[in-house]
Amino acid sequence: MAEPNGPGGVSKALNAAWVRPFLFLIFIVVAWDLTIRLFRIPPYQIPAPGDVVVVLWHDWPELMRQAWPTTYATICGFLLSAVFGIPVAMLIAGSKTVESYVYPLLVFSQSVPKIAIAPLFVVWFGFGIIPKVISAFLLGFFPVVVSAVQGFKSVDPDMVDLARAMQGSRFRVFCAVNLPHAMPAIFSGLKVSVTLAVVGAVVGEFVGSNSGIGYVLQRSIGTFDLPTMFAALVILALLGVVLFWIVDRIERLVIPWHVSQREEVIFAA
Amino acid sequence: MDPATKMSGVDQSGARLRLVSDRAAGGTPGIQLSGVSKTYRSRDGDVPSLRPLDFHINAGEFFVVVGPSGCGKSTLLKMISGLLAPSSGEIFVEGEAVTRPHGNVGIVFQNSLLLPWRNILANVMLPIDMKRLPRDEYLPRAMELLKLVGLESFEKKLPWQLSGGMQQRASICRALVHDPKIMLMDEPFGALDAMTRERMNVELMRIQRETGKTVLLITHSIPEAVFLADRVLVMTERPGAIAAIYDVPLRRPRSLDAMAEPAFTELVQRIRKHFFTQSALD
Repeated sequence: MAEPNGPGGVSKALNAAWVRPFLFLIFIVVAWDLTIRLFRIPPYQIPAPGDVVVVLWHDWPELMRQAWPTTYATICGFLLSAVFGIPVAMLIAGSKTVESYVYPLLVFSQSVPKIAIAPLFVVWFGFGIIPKVISAFLLGFFPVVVSAVQGFKSVDPDMVDLARAMQGSRFRVFCAVNLPHAMPAIFSGLKVSVTLAVVGAVVGEFVGSNSGIGYVLQRSIGTFDLPTMFAALVILALLGVVLFWIVDRIERLVIPWHVSQREEVIFAA
Repeated sequence: MDPATKMSGVDQSGARLRLVSDRAAGGTPGIQLSGVSKTYRSRDGDVPSLRPLDFHINAGEFFVVVGPSGCGKSTLLKMISGLLAPSSGEIFVEGEAVTRPHGNVGIVFQNSLLLPWRNILANVMLPIDMKRLPRDEYLPRAMELLKLVGLESFEKKLPWQLSGGMQQRASICRALVHDPKIMLMDEPFGALDAMTRERMNVELMRIQRETGKTVLLITHSIPEAVFLADRVLVMTERPGAIAAIYDVPLRRPRSLDAMAEPAFTELVQRIRKHFFTQSALD
Protein backbone atom coordinates (compact mmCIF):
# COMPACT_ATOMS: atom_id res chain seq x y z
CA MET A 1 0.00 0.00 0.00
CA ALA A 2 2.77 2.41 0.95
CA GLU A 3 4.76 1.89 -2.24
CA PRO A 4 2.28 3.12 -4.81
CA ASN A 5 1.17 5.79 -2.39
CA GLY A 6 4.59 7.38 -1.95
CA PRO A 7 5.56 8.67 -5.41
CA GLY A 8 1.89 9.14 -6.30
CA GLY A 9 1.46 11.41 -3.30
CA VAL A 10 4.50 13.51 -4.17
CA SER A 11 3.54 14.04 -7.78
CA LYS A 12 -0.01 14.72 -6.69
CA ALA A 13 1.18 17.38 -4.26
CA LEU A 14 3.35 18.82 -7.01
CA ASN A 15 0.38 18.90 -9.33
CA ALA A 16 -1.75 21.13 -7.12
CA ALA A 17 -2.13 24.37 -9.07
CA TRP A 18 -0.55 26.62 -6.45
CA VAL A 19 2.48 24.47 -5.59
CA ARG A 20 4.63 25.07 -8.66
CA PRO A 21 4.31 28.88 -8.72
CA PHE A 22 4.95 28.82 -4.98
CA LEU A 23 8.16 26.81 -5.45
CA PHE A 24 9.22 29.21 -8.18
CA LEU A 25 8.49 32.16 -5.89
CA ILE A 26 10.74 30.68 -3.20
CA PHE A 27 13.44 30.25 -5.83
CA ILE A 28 13.14 33.91 -6.85
CA VAL A 29 13.29 35.11 -3.24
CA VAL A 30 16.40 33.01 -2.57
CA ALA A 31 18.03 34.31 -5.76
CA TRP A 32 17.13 37.86 -4.73
CA ASP A 33 18.71 37.41 -1.32
CA LEU A 34 21.84 35.78 -2.76
CA THR A 35 22.24 38.54 -5.36
CA ILE A 36 22.12 41.21 -2.69
CA ARG A 37 24.69 39.39 -0.58
CA LEU A 38 26.97 38.52 -3.51
CA PHE A 39 27.07 41.96 -5.12
CA ARG A 40 26.77 43.88 -1.86
CA ILE A 41 23.80 45.92 -3.06
CA PRO A 42 23.07 48.64 -0.49
CA PRO A 43 19.63 48.53 1.14
CA TYR A 44 18.65 51.97 -0.21
CA GLN A 45 18.77 50.46 -3.71
CA ILE A 46 17.17 47.08 -3.14
CA PRO A 47 16.01 45.91 0.29
CA ALA A 48 16.78 42.40 1.47
CA PRO A 49 13.81 40.02 1.39
CA GLY A 50 14.20 39.50 5.12
CA ASP A 51 13.61 43.20 5.79
CA VAL A 52 10.50 43.17 3.61
CA VAL A 53 9.14 40.18 5.51
CA VAL A 54 9.79 41.97 8.80
CA VAL A 55 7.84 45.00 7.59
CA LEU A 56 5.03 42.79 6.36
CA TRP A 57 4.91 41.09 9.75
CA HIS A 58 5.04 44.26 11.83
CA ASP A 59 2.88 46.56 9.74
CA TRP A 60 0.36 43.93 8.63
CA PRO A 61 -2.66 45.58 10.32
CA GLU A 62 -1.71 48.98 8.94
CA LEU A 63 -1.09 47.53 5.47
CA MET A 64 -4.44 45.75 5.56
CA ARG A 65 -6.15 48.96 6.60
CA GLN A 66 -4.56 50.71 3.62
CA ALA A 67 -5.32 47.81 1.29
CA TRP A 68 -9.04 48.16 1.84
CA PRO A 69 -9.61 51.48 -0.01
CA THR A 70 -7.46 50.20 -2.90
CA THR A 71 -9.44 46.95 -3.10
CA TYR A 72 -12.70 48.83 -2.91
CA ALA A 73 -11.71 51.24 -5.68
CA THR A 74 -10.41 48.36 -7.81
CA ILE A 75 -13.61 46.34 -7.51
CA CYS A 76 -15.82 49.34 -8.19
CA GLY A 77 -13.75 50.33 -11.23
CA PHE A 78 -13.70 46.77 -12.49
CA LEU A 79 -17.45 46.31 -12.11
CA LEU A 80 -18.04 49.60 -13.91
CA SER A 81 -15.82 48.52 -16.79
CA ALA A 82 -17.76 45.25 -17.06
CA VAL A 83 -21.15 46.96 -16.78
CA PHE A 84 -20.29 49.55 -19.42
CA GLY A 85 -17.82 47.57 -21.50
CA ILE A 86 -20.05 44.63 -22.42
CA PRO A 87 -23.02 46.70 -23.67
CA VAL A 88 -20.67 49.02 -25.58
CA ALA A 89 -19.14 45.93 -27.19
CA MET A 90 -22.62 44.68 -28.10
CA LEU A 91 -23.40 47.96 -29.81
CA ILE A 92 -20.07 48.03 -31.64
CA ALA A 93 -20.42 44.43 -32.80
CA GLY A 94 -24.10 44.85 -33.63
CA SER A 95 -23.95 47.98 -35.74
CA LYS A 96 -21.46 49.02 -38.39
CA THR A 97 -22.48 52.66 -37.86
CA VAL A 98 -21.77 52.60 -34.14
CA GLU A 99 -18.51 50.81 -34.81
CA SER A 100 -17.32 53.39 -37.35
CA TYR A 101 -18.13 56.27 -34.98
CA VAL A 102 -17.07 54.86 -31.64
CA TYR A 103 -14.32 52.31 -32.12
CA PRO A 104 -11.57 54.60 -33.49
CA LEU A 105 -12.24 57.11 -30.74
CA LEU A 106 -12.06 54.37 -28.17
CA VAL A 107 -8.65 53.29 -29.42
CA PHE A 108 -7.58 56.93 -29.50
CA SER A 109 -8.70 57.48 -25.91
CA GLN A 110 -6.87 54.34 -24.87
CA SER A 111 -3.56 55.75 -26.05
CA VAL A 112 -3.90 58.79 -23.76
CA PRO A 113 -1.78 57.97 -20.69
CA LYS A 114 -4.13 57.77 -17.72
CA ILE A 115 -1.49 58.95 -15.28
CA ALA A 116 -1.35 62.24 -17.18
CA ILE A 117 -5.06 62.95 -16.82
CA ALA A 118 -5.54 61.42 -13.36
CA PRO A 119 -4.79 64.75 -11.60
CA LEU A 120 -7.78 66.17 -13.46
CA PHE A 121 -10.08 63.74 -11.67
CA VAL A 122 -8.72 64.94 -8.36
CA VAL A 123 -9.47 68.52 -9.44
CA TRP A 124 -12.99 67.50 -10.39
CA PHE A 125 -13.91 65.06 -7.66
CA GLY A 126 -11.58 65.87 -4.75
CA PHE A 127 -9.48 63.51 -2.67
CA GLY A 128 -12.15 60.86 -2.14
CA ILE A 129 -12.70 57.43 -3.65
CA ILE A 130 -14.14 58.69 -6.95
CA PRO A 131 -10.90 59.63 -8.75
CA LYS A 132 -9.48 56.18 -7.96
CA VAL A 133 -12.59 54.41 -9.19
CA ILE A 134 -12.59 56.40 -12.42
CA SER A 135 -8.93 55.71 -12.95
CA ALA A 136 -9.46 51.95 -12.35
CA PHE A 137 -12.48 52.02 -14.64
CA LEU A 138 -10.60 53.75 -17.45
CA LEU A 139 -7.82 51.18 -17.39
CA GLY A 140 -10.16 48.19 -17.07
CA PHE A 141 -12.70 49.29 -19.66
CA PHE A 142 -10.73 48.89 -22.87
CA PRO A 143 -9.71 45.20 -22.61
CA VAL A 144 -13.31 44.24 -21.84
CA VAL A 145 -14.57 46.07 -24.93
CA VAL A 146 -11.90 44.71 -27.26
CA SER A 147 -12.34 41.08 -26.18
CA ALA A 148 -16.12 41.24 -26.09
CA VAL A 149 -16.30 42.80 -29.57
CA GLN A 150 -14.12 40.02 -30.87
CA GLY A 151 -16.32 37.46 -29.08
CA PHE A 152 -19.57 38.86 -30.44
CA LYS A 153 -18.16 39.13 -33.94
CA SER A 154 -16.80 35.59 -34.13
CA VAL A 155 -20.26 34.00 -34.08
CA ASP A 156 -20.83 31.80 -37.11
CA PRO A 157 -23.29 33.75 -39.30
CA ASP A 158 -24.85 30.46 -40.38
CA MET A 159 -25.69 29.72 -36.75
CA VAL A 160 -27.45 33.07 -36.41
CA ASP A 161 -29.25 32.49 -39.72
CA LEU A 162 -30.41 29.13 -38.50
CA ALA A 163 -31.88 30.60 -35.32
CA ARG A 164 -33.44 33.49 -37.22
CA ALA A 165 -34.99 31.13 -39.76
CA MET A 166 -36.76 29.51 -36.80
CA GLN A 167 -38.46 32.88 -36.28
CA GLY A 168 -36.36 33.72 -33.26
CA SER A 169 -36.63 37.40 -32.36
CA ARG A 170 -33.43 39.41 -32.37
CA PHE A 171 -33.37 39.33 -28.59
CA ARG A 172 -33.97 35.58 -28.35
CA VAL A 173 -31.34 34.78 -30.93
CA PHE A 174 -28.92 37.05 -29.12
CA CYS A 175 -29.51 35.37 -25.77
CA ALA A 176 -29.42 31.84 -27.16
CA VAL A 177 -26.54 32.17 -29.60
CA ASN A 178 -24.48 35.38 -29.59
CA LEU A 179 -24.15 35.99 -25.88
CA PRO A 180 -23.10 32.48 -24.79
CA HIS A 181 -20.76 32.32 -27.75
CA ALA A 182 -19.06 35.57 -26.67
CA MET A 183 -18.75 34.50 -23.02
CA PRO A 184 -15.25 32.95 -23.20
CA ALA A 185 -13.90 36.06 -24.94
CA ILE A 186 -15.67 38.34 -22.47
CA PHE A 187 -14.12 36.48 -19.58
CA SER A 188 -10.63 36.66 -21.02
CA GLY A 189 -11.19 40.41 -21.28
CA LEU A 190 -12.46 40.57 -17.71
CA LYS A 191 -9.36 38.76 -16.45
CA VAL A 192 -7.07 41.29 -18.08
CA SER A 193 -9.33 44.06 -16.91
CA VAL A 194 -9.30 43.08 -13.24
CA THR A 195 -5.51 43.16 -13.01
CA LEU A 196 -5.38 46.48 -14.86
CA ALA A 197 -8.03 47.89 -12.52
CA VAL A 198 -5.58 47.34 -9.64
CA VAL A 199 -3.03 49.40 -11.53
CA GLY A 200 -5.68 52.04 -12.22
CA ALA A 201 -6.64 52.33 -8.58
CA VAL A 202 -2.98 52.75 -7.57
CA VAL A 203 -2.49 55.40 -10.25
CA GLY A 204 -5.48 57.23 -8.77
CA GLU A 205 -3.93 57.02 -5.32
CA PHE A 206 -0.58 58.20 -6.61
CA VAL A 207 -1.80 61.54 -7.85
CA GLY A 208 -4.02 62.51 -5.01
CA SER A 209 -5.06 60.49 -2.04
CA ASN A 210 -4.32 60.12 1.62
CA SER A 211 -5.17 56.47 1.92
CA GLY A 212 -4.59 53.22 0.05
CA ILE A 213 -1.61 51.17 -1.01
CA GLY A 214 -0.74 53.72 -3.69
CA TYR A 215 -0.45 56.33 -0.98
CA VAL A 216 1.78 54.03 1.10
CA LEU A 217 3.97 53.51 -1.97
CA GLN A 218 4.22 57.22 -2.65
CA ARG A 219 5.08 57.99 0.97
CA SER A 220 7.68 55.23 1.36
CA ILE A 221 9.42 56.24 -1.86
CA GLY A 222 9.59 59.81 -0.52
CA THR A 223 11.33 58.65 2.66
CA PHE A 224 13.46 55.98 0.97
CA ASP A 225 11.74 53.39 3.12
CA LEU A 226 12.32 50.64 0.58
CA PRO A 227 11.23 47.65 2.71
CA THR A 228 7.80 49.25 3.23
CA MET A 229 7.60 50.05 -0.45
CA PHE A 230 8.33 46.44 -1.38
CA ALA A 231 5.85 45.23 1.22
CA ALA A 232 3.23 47.43 -0.41
CA LEU A 233 4.12 45.91 -3.79
CA VAL A 234 3.65 42.43 -2.34
CA ILE A 235 0.21 43.43 -1.06
CA LEU A 236 -0.70 44.80 -4.50
CA ALA A 237 0.45 41.61 -6.19
CA LEU A 238 -1.60 39.54 -3.76
CA LEU A 239 -4.63 41.73 -4.43
CA GLY A 240 -4.27 41.21 -8.17
CA VAL A 241 -3.85 37.46 -7.79
CA VAL A 242 -6.87 37.08 -5.52
CA LEU A 243 -9.14 39.15 -7.76
CA PHE A 244 -7.94 37.29 -10.84
CA TRP A 245 -8.63 33.99 -9.11
CA ILE A 246 -12.16 35.08 -8.20
CA VAL A 247 -12.92 36.00 -11.82
CA ASP A 248 -11.44 32.70 -12.93
CA ARG A 249 -13.72 30.82 -10.50
CA ILE A 250 -16.78 32.70 -11.77
CA GLU A 251 -15.75 31.87 -15.32
CA ARG A 252 -15.72 28.18 -14.48
CA LEU A 253 -19.20 28.49 -13.04
CA VAL A 254 -20.63 30.43 -15.96
CA ILE A 255 -19.06 28.56 -18.88
CA PRO A 256 -18.28 25.04 -17.70
CA TRP A 257 -18.74 23.79 -21.28
CA HIS A 258 -15.68 25.75 -22.31
CA VAL A 259 -13.17 25.61 -19.48
CA SER A 260 -13.57 22.17 -18.05
CA GLN A 261 -15.28 20.02 -20.60
CA ARG A 262 -15.85 17.26 -18.14
CA GLU A 263 -18.76 18.88 -16.41
CA GLU A 264 -22.21 18.41 -17.77
CA VAL A 265 -24.32 21.39 -18.64
CA ILE A 266 -27.64 21.09 -16.89
CA PHE A 267 -30.61 20.96 -19.17
CA ALA A 268 -32.61 24.00 -18.21
CA ALA A 269 -34.91 26.54 -19.79
CA MET B 1 -47.43 3.28 -41.54
CA ASP B 2 -47.50 -0.50 -41.51
CA PRO B 3 -44.54 -2.56 -42.71
CA ALA B 4 -46.50 -3.84 -45.72
CA THR B 5 -46.73 -0.41 -47.34
CA LYS B 6 -43.11 0.28 -46.52
CA MET B 7 -41.96 -2.85 -48.31
CA SER B 8 -44.07 -2.34 -51.41
CA GLY B 9 -41.38 -0.34 -53.18
CA VAL B 10 -43.74 2.45 -54.17
CA ASP B 11 -43.39 5.82 -52.49
CA GLN B 12 -46.68 5.42 -50.67
CA SER B 13 -45.89 7.67 -47.75
CA GLY B 14 -44.95 10.51 -50.07
CA ALA B 15 -48.11 10.07 -52.09
CA ARG B 16 -50.28 10.05 -49.01
CA LEU B 17 -48.66 13.20 -47.67
CA ARG B 18 -49.11 15.00 -50.94
CA LEU B 19 -52.83 14.41 -50.64
CA VAL B 20 -52.93 15.64 -47.08
CA SER B 21 -51.10 18.82 -48.06
CA ASP B 22 -53.51 19.41 -50.94
CA ARG B 23 -56.40 19.52 -48.58
CA ALA B 24 -54.69 21.50 -45.88
CA ALA B 25 -53.26 24.46 -47.81
CA GLY B 26 -55.27 26.59 -50.15
CA GLY B 27 -52.47 27.27 -52.64
CA THR B 28 -49.97 25.00 -54.31
CA PRO B 29 -48.17 22.77 -51.82
CA GLY B 30 -44.40 22.44 -51.92
CA ILE B 31 -42.10 25.20 -53.04
CA GLN B 32 -42.81 27.43 -56.01
CA LEU B 33 -40.25 29.85 -57.45
CA SER B 34 -41.36 32.24 -60.15
CA GLY B 35 -38.82 34.55 -61.76
CA VAL B 36 -36.65 34.57 -58.64
CA SER B 37 -33.31 36.30 -59.10
CA LYS B 38 -30.74 37.78 -56.78
CA THR B 39 -28.27 40.55 -57.40
CA TYR B 40 -25.87 41.68 -54.70
CA ARG B 41 -24.93 45.32 -54.58
CA SER B 42 -21.27 45.99 -54.00
CA ARG B 43 -18.97 48.95 -54.39
CA ASP B 44 -17.90 47.83 -57.86
CA GLY B 45 -21.49 47.70 -59.01
CA ASP B 46 -24.13 45.01 -59.06
CA VAL B 47 -23.02 41.41 -58.91
CA PRO B 48 -25.64 39.03 -60.25
CA SER B 49 -25.75 35.88 -58.17
CA LEU B 50 -28.82 34.12 -59.53
CA ARG B 51 -30.48 34.63 -62.88
CA PRO B 52 -34.29 34.39 -62.83
CA LEU B 53 -35.29 30.90 -61.74
CA ASP B 54 -38.62 29.20 -62.30
CA PHE B 55 -39.28 25.80 -60.85
CA HIS B 56 -41.57 23.94 -58.55
CA ILE B 57 -40.76 21.38 -55.88
CA ASN B 58 -43.62 19.04 -55.06
CA ALA B 59 -44.61 18.31 -51.51
CA GLY B 60 -42.83 15.22 -50.23
CA GLU B 61 -40.30 15.32 -53.04
CA PHE B 62 -36.59 14.79 -52.64
CA PHE B 63 -35.18 17.60 -54.76
CA VAL B 64 -31.43 17.97 -55.19
CA VAL B 65 -29.59 20.98 -56.59
CA VAL B 66 -26.13 20.31 -57.95
CA GLY B 67 -23.75 22.95 -59.24
CA PRO B 68 -20.23 24.36 -59.11
CA SER B 69 -19.07 26.47 -56.16
CA GLY B 70 -20.34 30.00 -56.09
CA CYS B 71 -23.34 29.42 -58.31
CA GLY B 72 -25.64 30.95 -55.72
CA LYS B 73 -26.94 27.71 -54.21
CA SER B 74 -26.70 28.97 -50.66
CA THR B 75 -28.40 32.21 -51.69
CA LEU B 76 -31.26 30.11 -53.01
CA LEU B 77 -31.55 28.33 -49.69
CA LYS B 78 -31.56 31.56 -47.71
CA MET B 79 -34.25 33.03 -49.92
CA ILE B 80 -36.52 30.01 -49.52
CA SER B 81 -36.15 30.12 -45.74
CA GLY B 82 -37.05 33.83 -45.82
CA LEU B 83 -33.72 35.13 -44.53
CA LEU B 84 -32.93 36.96 -47.76
CA ALA B 85 -35.31 38.81 -50.05
CA PRO B 86 -35.00 38.04 -53.76
CA SER B 87 -34.16 40.96 -56.03
CA SER B 88 -37.06 40.02 -58.26
CA GLY B 89 -39.70 37.36 -58.48
CA GLU B 90 -41.65 35.56 -55.81
CA ILE B 91 -41.26 32.43 -53.70
CA PHE B 92 -44.19 30.47 -52.37
CA VAL B 93 -43.86 27.89 -49.62
CA GLU B 94 -46.98 25.77 -49.14
CA GLY B 95 -48.91 28.33 -51.16
CA GLU B 96 -47.83 31.33 -49.10
CA ALA B 97 -45.54 34.08 -50.36
CA VAL B 98 -42.25 34.24 -48.49
CA THR B 99 -41.45 37.73 -47.23
CA ARG B 100 -39.71 37.03 -43.93
CA PRO B 101 -38.55 33.99 -41.93
CA HIS B 102 -41.62 31.76 -41.81
CA GLY B 103 -40.27 28.92 -39.70
CA ASN B 104 -41.78 26.26 -41.92
CA VAL B 105 -38.31 24.98 -42.77
CA GLY B 106 -35.64 22.99 -41.04
CA ILE B 107 -32.09 23.81 -42.05
CA VAL B 108 -29.02 21.59 -42.03
CA PHE B 109 -25.67 23.14 -42.91
CA GLN B 110 -22.36 21.54 -43.79
CA ASN B 111 -21.18 22.11 -40.25
CA SER B 112 -23.57 20.67 -37.73
CA LEU B 113 -23.55 24.06 -35.94
CA LEU B 114 -24.56 22.58 -32.63
CA LEU B 115 -24.23 25.00 -29.74
CA PRO B 116 -21.34 23.71 -27.61
CA TRP B 117 -22.97 24.82 -24.34
CA ARG B 118 -26.18 22.87 -24.94
CA ASN B 119 -26.42 19.11 -24.70
CA ILE B 120 -27.75 17.17 -27.67
CA LEU B 121 -31.36 17.23 -26.54
CA ALA B 122 -31.22 20.96 -25.77
CA ASN B 123 -29.65 21.55 -29.16
CA VAL B 124 -32.42 19.62 -30.87
CA MET B 125 -34.93 21.74 -28.95
CA LEU B 126 -33.45 25.03 -30.16
CA PRO B 127 -36.17 25.70 -32.79
CA ILE B 128 -38.81 25.16 -30.10
CA ASP B 129 -37.15 27.82 -27.95
CA MET B 130 -36.84 30.19 -30.88
CA LYS B 131 -40.46 29.73 -31.94
CA ARG B 132 -41.66 29.88 -28.32
CA LEU B 133 -43.55 26.63 -28.67
CA PRO B 134 -44.50 24.64 -25.56
CA ARG B 135 -41.43 22.65 -24.50
CA ASP B 136 -43.33 19.84 -22.81
CA GLU B 137 -45.25 19.07 -25.97
CA TYR B 138 -42.18 18.81 -28.15
CA LEU B 139 -39.82 17.00 -25.78
CA PRO B 140 -41.26 13.56 -26.60
CA ARG B 141 -41.01 14.41 -30.29
CA ALA B 142 -37.35 15.38 -29.87
CA MET B 143 -36.66 12.10 -28.11
CA GLU B 144 -38.47 10.22 -30.85
CA LEU B 145 -36.40 11.91 -33.53
CA LEU B 146 -33.19 11.14 -31.67
CA LYS B 147 -34.31 7.55 -31.59
CA LEU B 148 -35.05 7.68 -35.31
CA VAL B 149 -31.44 8.63 -36.05
CA GLY B 150 -30.02 6.25 -33.46
CA LEU B 151 -28.94 8.80 -30.85
CA GLU B 152 -31.38 7.82 -28.12
CA SER B 153 -28.74 7.24 -25.47
CA PHE B 154 -26.74 10.37 -26.27
CA GLU B 155 -29.25 13.08 -25.47
CA LYS B 156 -27.38 14.25 -22.37
CA LYS B 157 -24.00 14.37 -24.10
CA LEU B 158 -22.38 17.58 -25.23
CA PRO B 159 -21.74 17.99 -28.97
CA TRP B 160 -17.94 17.58 -28.72
CA GLN B 161 -18.43 14.13 -27.23
CA LEU B 162 -20.01 12.90 -30.49
CA SER B 163 -18.43 12.00 -33.81
CA GLY B 164 -18.95 14.18 -36.87
CA GLY B 165 -21.59 11.86 -38.29
CA MET B 166 -23.48 11.75 -35.01
CA GLN B 167 -23.37 15.54 -34.73
CA GLN B 168 -24.85 15.84 -38.19
CA ARG B 169 -27.60 13.38 -37.24
CA ALA B 170 -28.41 15.57 -34.24
CA SER B 171 -28.61 18.61 -36.49
CA ILE B 172 -31.06 16.72 -38.72
CA CYS B 173 -33.19 16.11 -35.63
CA ARG B 174 -33.00 19.82 -34.87
CA ALA B 175 -34.22 20.58 -38.37
CA LEU B 176 -37.23 18.30 -37.89
CA VAL B 177 -38.26 18.92 -34.30
CA HIS B 178 -40.75 21.71 -35.01
CA ASP B 179 -42.34 19.58 -37.72
CA PRO B 180 -41.69 21.83 -40.71
CA LYS B 181 -42.99 20.88 -44.14
CA ILE B 182 -39.59 21.44 -45.72
CA MET B 183 -36.05 20.45 -44.93
CA LEU B 184 -33.31 22.58 -46.52
CA MET B 185 -29.87 21.00 -46.57
CA ASP B 186 -26.76 22.85 -47.68
CA GLU B 187 -24.09 20.24 -48.43
CA PRO B 188 -25.04 18.43 -45.24
CA PHE B 189 -22.46 15.67 -45.52
CA GLY B 190 -19.66 17.63 -47.16
CA ALA B 191 -17.53 17.59 -44.04
CA LEU B 192 -17.83 13.85 -43.43
CA ASP B 193 -15.52 11.11 -44.62
CA ALA B 194 -16.59 9.15 -47.67
CA MET B 195 -17.77 6.06 -45.80
CA THR B 196 -19.80 7.92 -43.21
CA ARG B 197 -21.18 10.01 -46.03
CA GLU B 198 -22.59 6.99 -47.87
CA ARG B 199 -24.13 5.66 -44.69
CA MET B 200 -25.67 9.05 -43.94
CA ASN B 201 -27.15 9.17 -47.45
CA VAL B 202 -28.95 5.88 -46.92
CA GLU B 203 -30.04 7.09 -43.51
CA LEU B 204 -31.30 10.39 -44.87
CA MET B 205 -33.44 8.61 -47.46
CA ARG B 206 -34.96 6.49 -44.72
CA ILE B 207 -35.65 9.56 -42.57
CA GLN B 208 -37.26 11.35 -45.50
CA ARG B 209 -39.46 8.34 -46.22
CA GLU B 210 -40.53 7.99 -42.61
CA THR B 211 -41.28 11.67 -42.10
CA GLY B 212 -42.56 12.48 -45.58
CA LYS B 213 -40.82 15.86 -45.64
CA THR B 214 -40.08 17.85 -48.76
CA VAL B 215 -36.29 17.95 -49.01
CA LEU B 216 -34.24 20.48 -50.91
CA LEU B 217 -30.63 19.37 -50.76
CA ILE B 218 -27.64 21.16 -52.21
CA THR B 219 -24.50 19.24 -53.07
CA HIS B 220 -21.30 19.26 -55.11
CA SER B 221 -21.35 15.52 -55.57
CA ILE B 222 -23.13 14.31 -58.70
CA PRO B 223 -23.39 10.65 -57.61
CA GLU B 224 -24.80 11.75 -54.28
CA ALA B 225 -27.35 13.94 -56.07
CA VAL B 226 -28.53 11.13 -58.35
CA PHE B 227 -28.58 8.58 -55.57
CA LEU B 228 -30.76 10.69 -53.29
CA ALA B 229 -33.01 12.63 -55.60
CA ASP B 230 -36.40 12.26 -57.18
CA ARG B 231 -35.34 15.13 -59.40
CA VAL B 232 -31.96 16.77 -59.90
CA LEU B 233 -31.59 20.43 -60.82
CA VAL B 234 -28.28 21.21 -62.51
CA MET B 235 -27.07 24.78 -62.12
CA THR B 236 -24.66 26.73 -64.28
CA GLU B 237 -21.74 28.73 -63.00
CA ARG B 238 -22.21 32.21 -61.56
CA PRO B 239 -24.55 33.85 -62.13
CA GLY B 240 -26.49 30.70 -61.41
CA ALA B 241 -29.22 29.58 -63.73
CA ILE B 242 -31.00 26.32 -64.45
CA ALA B 243 -29.02 24.19 -66.89
CA ALA B 244 -31.40 21.24 -66.74
CA ILE B 245 -33.76 19.34 -64.48
CA TYR B 246 -33.62 15.53 -64.59
CA ASP B 247 -36.03 12.94 -63.29
CA VAL B 248 -34.16 10.11 -61.59
CA PRO B 249 -35.51 6.84 -62.96
CA LEU B 250 -34.43 4.74 -59.96
CA ARG B 251 -36.98 2.86 -57.87
CA ARG B 252 -37.38 3.46 -54.17
CA PRO B 253 -36.36 2.32 -51.65
CA ARG B 254 -32.82 2.46 -52.93
CA SER B 255 -29.82 0.76 -51.43
CA LEU B 256 -26.20 1.56 -52.21
CA ASP B 257 -26.45 -1.13 -54.92
CA ALA B 258 -28.51 1.36 -56.94
CA MET B 259 -25.23 3.08 -57.75
CA ALA B 260 -24.29 0.09 -59.89
CA GLU B 261 -27.40 0.26 -62.06
CA PRO B 262 -26.96 1.44 -65.65
CA ALA B 263 -29.64 4.09 -65.23
CA PHE B 264 -27.62 5.57 -62.37
CA THR B 265 -24.28 5.67 -64.14
CA GLU B 266 -25.85 7.01 -67.31
CA LEU B 267 -27.51 9.92 -65.49
CA VAL B 268 -24.34 10.70 -63.58
CA GLN B 269 -22.49 10.84 -66.89
CA ARG B 270 -25.04 13.14 -68.45
CA ILE B 271 -24.97 15.55 -65.54
CA ARG B 272 -21.20 15.52 -65.45
CA LYS B 273 -21.12 16.57 -69.10
CA HIS B 274 -22.79 19.86 -68.17
CA PHE B 275 -19.84 20.91 -66.09
CA PHE B 276 -17.28 19.38 -68.37
CA THR B 277 -18.41 21.26 -71.50
CA GLN B 278 -18.83 24.44 -69.50
CA SER B 279 -15.33 24.50 -68.11
CA ALA B 280 -13.97 23.55 -71.54
CA LEU B 281 -15.53 26.75 -72.89
CA ASP B 282 -13.88 28.91 -70.24
